Amino acid sequence: MNGPDRTSYWRANLRLIFSVLCIWFLVSFGAGIWGRKFLDQWHLPGTGFPLGFWFAQQGSILVFVCLIAFYVRAAGRLDKRFGVEEKVGDPGAKQDGKA
Amino acid sequence: MSTQAWTFTIVGLTFALYVAIAIRARATSTGEFYVAGKGVPPLANGMATAADWMSAASFLGMAGLISFLGYDGSVYLMGWTGGYVLLAVLLAPYLRKFGKFTVPDFIGDRYESKVARRVAVFCAIFVCFTYVAGQMRGVGVVFSRFLEVSVEKGVLIGMAIVFIYAVLGGMKGITWTQVAQYCILIFAFLVPAIFISIQLTGNPIPQVGFGSRLDGEVGRGIASGAPWLLETLNQLHDELGFKPYTDGSKSLVDVFCITLALMVGTAGLPHVIVRFYTVPRVKDARTSAFWALFFIAILYTAAPAVAAFARANLIHTVDGARYAPATIVSDQDKSLPDWFRAWEETGLIAWIDKNKDGRVRYRAGAAFGDFEGSNKPAFSDKRGANGERMVSNPPSDGPNELYVDRDIMVLANPEIAGLPAWVIGLVAAGALAAALSTAAGLLLVVSTAISHDLLKRGAMPNISERGELMAARIAAAVAVVIAGIMGIYPPGFVAQVVAFAFGLAASSFFPAIVMGIFSKRMNQLGAVSGMVAGIAFTTGYIVWFKFIDTAPDAPSRWWFGISPEGIGSVGMLVNFAVALGLRRFGAPPSAATQELVEHIRVPES
Repeated sequence: MNGPDRTSYWRANLRLIFSVLCIWFLVSFGAGIWGRKFLDQWHLPGTGFPLGFWFAQQGSILVFVCLIAFYVRAAGRLDKRFGVEEKVGDPGAKQDGKA
Repeated sequence: MSTQAWTFTIVGLTFALYVAIAIRARATSTGEFYVAGKGVPPLANGMATAADWMSAASFLGMAGLISFLGYDGSVYLMGWTGGYVLLAVLLAPYLRKFGKFTVPDFIGDRYESKVARRVAVFCAIFVCFTYVAGQMRGVGVVFSRFLEVSVEKGVLIGMAIVFIYAVLGGMKGITWTQVAQYCILIFAFLVPAIFISIQLTGNPIPQVGFGSRLDGEVGRGIASGAPWLLETLNQLHDELGFKPYTDGSKSLVDVFCITLALMVGTAGLPHVIVRFYTVPRVKDARTSAFWALFFIAILYTAAPAVAAFARANLIHTVDGARYAPATIVSDQDKSLPDWFRAWEETGLIAWIDKNKDGRVRYRAGAAFGDFEGSNKPAFSDKRGANGERMVSNPPSDGPNELYVDRDIMVLANPEIAGLPAWVIGLVAAGALAAALSTAAGLLLVVSTAISHDLLKRGAMPNISERGELMAARIAAAVAVVIAGIMGIYPPGFVAQVVAFAFGLAASSFFPAIVMGIFSKRMNQLGAVSGMVAGIAFTTGYIVWFKFIDTAPDAPSRWWFGISPEGIGSVGMLVNFAVALGLRRFGAPPSAATQELVEHIRVPES
């Protein structure tokens, strides 16, 4: 992989990380903590959960799981697009730091 | 079969399973001992990480804690799961590509510094021992409560089991026992949770029942006008003078800081990070972060549901009930269930009949004051008028008459729900699985830090492969013994320093590793001074408010209202700020280091 490719791979990767962390922040610190009181005026439809409380004790965790699933797929696609996905076999078995 | 016979059988079978796995998965090289030969499939690694991560505290303590904290308990739920998002996107793939054995390895190599490596080794060992003492204690307590052996004997049995599979099998043995332990602990947690959910709400899925109506057999008796479980709970809290269950009493800034410190601390805990070194490829590191959180989320979404069920059930059955069955005269009188007296015998429940009416009155506030510096009940040999155990603590002025230890919520659940004896045995086995799996993971980090970081990469670079493996085994054995001693004679400060483990991980490892990956220009001077500043700040604040200024009004002097539990997040910022500020005064990283950073950023290059 040459220099410019490497840079644009890393840029795309940073964008992906940034968007994942935005959602991570919004559901936990946003909905579960800062906006909790405001959201509590509604209920999660069809349930007895005040919405902010639900985000703090259930929703944020469920979103975290989906978020990592999304990241795994998106990062895999990124690797493929730039041709840096690992070949089959076991390249990592080499135990020196540099491949 | 009696409860005890069931418990012996189930615990015995699970222990036999762990030993059998240990014998099959013996480690024959340092690669296998440290990182299981990097051959663990991501799904198995996810399960192992989940068991590694979920400790005796998660299994036994968390639901009880949330039960008493209500909304404020959310800090643990979000904090201990949100850290996996940080791990997945900021650390795991890059550390796997780096591909060595330990966290100090990365810090030492990336910053080309023996000092940085030693600071990291010290932090790793400190964090692990802080954590492991509680696990061994947990093993002893479970043994003493369910199997009627002393706490000391229980710890010794736990030590023997961990000794066999950690010393023989290293990471390889630990990984596969942790997979088995995850299965046992999640089954043991969910079975009572499902039963209680059905009894209260009629819905078998606890996470759904949590937001449902009280339509179950027991639940209908609790519902008083309000249809939803949570609404009823808020109403009950209101009647008894507690804050509403879905509302908190901690300040916003404190909730924010504690959550952040726990998240970042989770991502920085060495025994969790090292699990991502054990998979074959970078891609597998990402996938196993997903599986890890998936398996953790099953317990972490069920726990708050169990907390709410237990809370509603506790208030409903206990408040206003008559202690002595003989004093029940009319059908309107509630009698106390048998489990209340059983747990009173173990000292985890205490009742003072302040108004001499023979009924338990449960209200907000402490039932009694401190006795000899402890707020736990100090039982005397005397019995009260109703036959209750008397305590030497002075009664408080408030109306509350009841003391309930938070830890019994999960342990007493099967009894509260009237479940068969084998479920109680299962819960005991689950608690032991949770404690042993975490203890083993922590002890391995200690042994690796000593044999690899201090000997091979420090004092004895010429040590042979066999010598290093032997050193790792001896270090693991010594660590098991020290952990056992700390479990039998728990240092008084353990409860105070758990916050420390997270604060320290958050203010030292996390920033150092993240900057090592994401900033090519971060150098030795910046990173080392950042780590030292972060650790010094966090340690200073925690020591000050946990040991020196312990007056009751100390919280009014907390900086910006941030409790010692949450200060790790400020420590992290201090670390980042000092590192980025001082970076310009040091030499830039060498060409080889810059190449290393380029190398770890790309999966295949």
